[in-house]
Amino acid sequence: MTDAPVQDILLELRDIRAAYEQIEVLHGVNLSVPAASVVALLGPNGAGKSTTLRVIAGLHAPTSGTLVIAGRRVSGARADDLARAGMCLIPEGKGVFPNLTVRENLRMATYTGASLHHVEETAYARFPRLKERRKQTAGTLSGGEQQMLAMARGLAVDPALLLLDELSMGLAPIIVEELYEIVAQVARDGVAILVVEQFARTVLGVADYAAIMVGGRIVNVGAPSELEDELSAAYLGA
Amino acid sequence: MSTFLTFLITGLTTAAIYAVGASGLVLTYTTTGVFNFAHGAVGMFGAFLYWQLRFDWGWPAPIALAIVLLVMAPLFGVFLEVAIMRNLEGTSEAVRLVVSISLLAALVGAANWIWDPTQNRFTASFFEGKGFDFFGTRVTWHEAATVLIAIAVAIGLRFVLYNLRAGVAMRATVDDRPLAALNGARSDRSAMLAWAIGCSLAALSGILFLGTLALDAGTLSLLIVNAYAAAMIGRLRSLPMTFLGALIIGLAEAFWQIYRNDLSQHFHVFTSTYLDTFASAIAVIILFVVLWLLPNPRLRGHSRVREFFPTPSLRGSLVFVGIVIAGAAFISAWTTQSHQIDLANVFALGIIALSLVPLTGFAGQVSLASLSFAGIGAVTMAHLGGGGDPLGLLWAALICAGIGALVAIPALRLSGIYLALATAAFAVMLDRWIFNLPNFRVFGWFNVKLFEQGSVAVTRLKVFGLDTSSPRAQVVLGAVAFSLIALFVVALRRSRFGRRLLAMKDSEAACATLGMNLVGTKVAVFALSAAIAGVGGALYGGVQQSVNAQMFSFINGLPIFMLAVVGGIGAIGGAFFAGISLALLTTILPDVVPSLSHLLLITPGLIGISLGRNPSGAVSQIREGFAPMRQSKVALGFLAASLTAIVVLRSTNTIANWPTFFAALVVLVASVPIGEMFAHKAPAEVAEEPGAGAGAEIPLEWVGITRPFTDEDVRQMDAALGISEVEMYGAARS
Repeated sequence: MTDAPVQDILLELRDIRAAYEQIEVLHGVNLSVPAASVVALLGPNGAGKSTTLRVIAGLHAPTSGTLVIAGRRVSGARADDLARAGMCLIPEGKGVFPNLTVRENLRMATYTGASLHHVEETAYARFPRLKERRKQTAGTLSGGEQQMLAMARGLAVDPALLLLDELSMGLAPIIVEELYEIVAQVARDGVAILVVEQFARTVLGVADYAAIMVGGRIVNVGAPSELEDELSAAYLGA
Repeated sequence: MSTFLTFLITGLTTAAIYAVGASGLVLTYTTTGVFNFAHGAVGMFGAFLYWQLRFDWGWPAPIALAIVLLVMAPLFGVFLEVAIMRNLEGTSEAVRLVVSISLLAALVGAANWIWDPTQNRFTASFFEGKGFDFFGTRVTWHEAATVLIAIAVAIGLRFVLYNLRAGVAMRATVDDRPLAALNGARSDRSAMLAWAIGCSLAALSGILFLGTLALDAGTLSLLIVNAYAAAMIGRLRSLPMTFLGALIIGLAEAFWQIYRNDLSQHFHVFTSTYLDTFASAIAVIILFVVLWLLPNPRLRGHSRVREFFPTPSLRGSLVFVGIVIAGAAFISAWTTQSHQIDLANVFALGIIALSLVPLTGFAGQVSLASLSFAGIGAVTMAHLGGGGDPLGLLWAALICAGIGALVAIPALRLSGIYLALATAAFAVMLDRWIFNLPNFRVFGWFNVKLFEQGSVAVTRLKVFGLDTSSPRAQVVLGAVAFSLIALFVVALRRSRFGRRLLAMKDSEAACATLGMNLVGTKVAVFALSAAIAGVGGALYGGVQQSVNAQMFSFINGLPIFMLAVVGGIGAIGGAFFAGISLALLTTILPDVVPSLSHLLLITPGLIGISLGRNPSGAVSQIREGFAPMRQSKVALGFLAASLTAIVVLRSTNTIANWPTFFAALVVLVASVPIGEMFAHKAPAEVAEEPGAGAGAEIPLEWVGITRPFTDEDVRQMDAALGISEVEMYGAARS
């Protein structure tokens, strides 16, 4: 990030390149996410946003570049190890196990070391509706409830870094607003949050910084208000 | 009433054992996506180990049980996961199948190696055969314990999967593997646990069969086919339905025994000798029916796999068959009659393996029944090819094509593992039941003759007045037939129909949305494959001169499929590899080096297991290794000159067979570094890619990758996929 913020940098990507088979999709991505802030990663379809998240989470190995989390180089670490170390990615549209009950879904969060009791308590406190549905299989929940469950599971383990992929996809605007309020609140508690969105407006309301990604590169970084104009250019190609 | 109760108890006991075996199978399939054909073989091995500890060494039963079920079997499961199954991520269904079938073959081979199969082994049921009286019927404690164990397994699995975090993680891995990892769950450990439990359950089912069944590696390993049927009733997913399935099959088998007698008093048809061997086929018939009744799956979309087969060039294929025919002619001139028979087998088996190239290699449809079609071809040749009439060959092709099309009908709705199981069920039904039938009449006029409950003679072909009855003539006939069919397969691959098959393999959904006729294409390729296998079987019968049902059994067919996939199922070279390695492993090497015969029992299995690491097969690797030689005129010249010299030396009896063989080998290997040395001097040769076809023409499947699409390309694509030209664009533009 050019205008380096004064806070501690929790996540840093240095010149990350990644490819699917022979086709390179990330051509040197540089990005920093400070602690206790929300960074929005925006860009059109196919820009490489989700791949960036997959690389950070350890689901896709970068071909070159360095990934630094909390001052430690973690490039090439496995997803399950990163999860146990305090990273949480909520993937696009399918953050729950559809054939497991709500309670069993929450139980999966205990691999990071939290007790089931703690996970359930925090989850139900944040989303009371989940408590009513705790014996229901997650696949039968509504889209909004599934996203709540995914968030609840992610947040209940008190992650240091939270990655959200297309949080708003397929959800009613009122629910999206509700979810983003929670995101902002979690950031105030000290968590570093990286949000990937295609549809930008809602997330700009809560983001401290925004980065625009086009064609596998970060083309612009700044305060959300500064980026409004570039944003429409990135989408419309103007 | 008491007979009823006796058979009810027998049925329940059998059902209980099937249930234990099938639940282990379902557990490993759902958590790891690998359908373990070797599940029964693992159970067999467990049973042998138990026999060793309990009866041979005389250890107390509880200790022997604990060691096998709680130590050895789980450890073996973990070993399987770490050493083999983990590498199968991203491979095609055929490769996964081959790896587990190979494991089956290796385990059966190892068991026959360790425990001499000719020796009789004493086994006994648990509790020394003691029992109790139950409503006037005697029930042994063994039977009661078996049923109780099945119930305990059901409850235990339920507890593990729903109440332990490790079990919840297993189910989570099934739902979404990456998400499980994002939660911090170790999916590899879940898989290990699943394999450990699965192998333990397999061993338990194997041990429970002791006392009622003879300790035989092959029989015990194949009993699992019955458990497959149970697992399929649970659609490989639901454990309760699997238990129900086991119950249905166990009881059906038991009640068939009593009610057949009762029914035959009223209905004459049930006394028929045709039903004598029916009982053993009940489970596979249920399996077949269940597969038919499965709800229509969604069409497969694009699947990314690691294997790749380039389009064969016509020139390369012609060179290949030229070498094959010349090699066969020369080598057969120098060898003894018994080796000539071995050599003729190479080509007959090679043709059977060729039948898999269009079906599995191009179209991606797995079939485990190719040897069964070969059996039908051999029988046809025996009865309709009297006096070596070539029309017998034609009948073999036609009849097999017809039956192949019939088998394709359920296959239209199945793919992957379900299709493999359906063809396996068909093959097992033939070899357990149909092939053992005496002659019968259909609709009162059509006489069907099979193996006549023994063996039937096959007369060697007379083609255009040429007698092929000498072994050497059989070799040449085999080589020519193999070459012709191989060229046909190459032409098919390069044709419009071949491209359609490949498109179907890549994405059925895409083909359907483009308007391609999937039904017709699948039926056609099944019929074609069956016809090739039938011709191969007819020629194989001619080589052997006498055929019986055992030669074409399901289990004998597995190595052909396995080795063809190992060789490279998408290329004719792979089929040749299958023929040659099968003949080498089963007849030639044991003859030459008898001390190796035990090792050879497990070799095909080990070769197959290695496939997980190289899914494109061995032939593609060999091909790549020889690339420098093929691209250098100097090396090719050296090779041709040296081989000619060797042939001359051998023909004039200057050198013997073994020196000839080794000299040829040395020359072949030496041509590679020579090719590398002179490679830079022949840049024009290097530029010509063997897969690129003639001249600058780009194969259709590479258009859009190597250069952008043009309107002409789109028209060609439509034609190739059998879609009538759509005027959509034209209308919009004008």
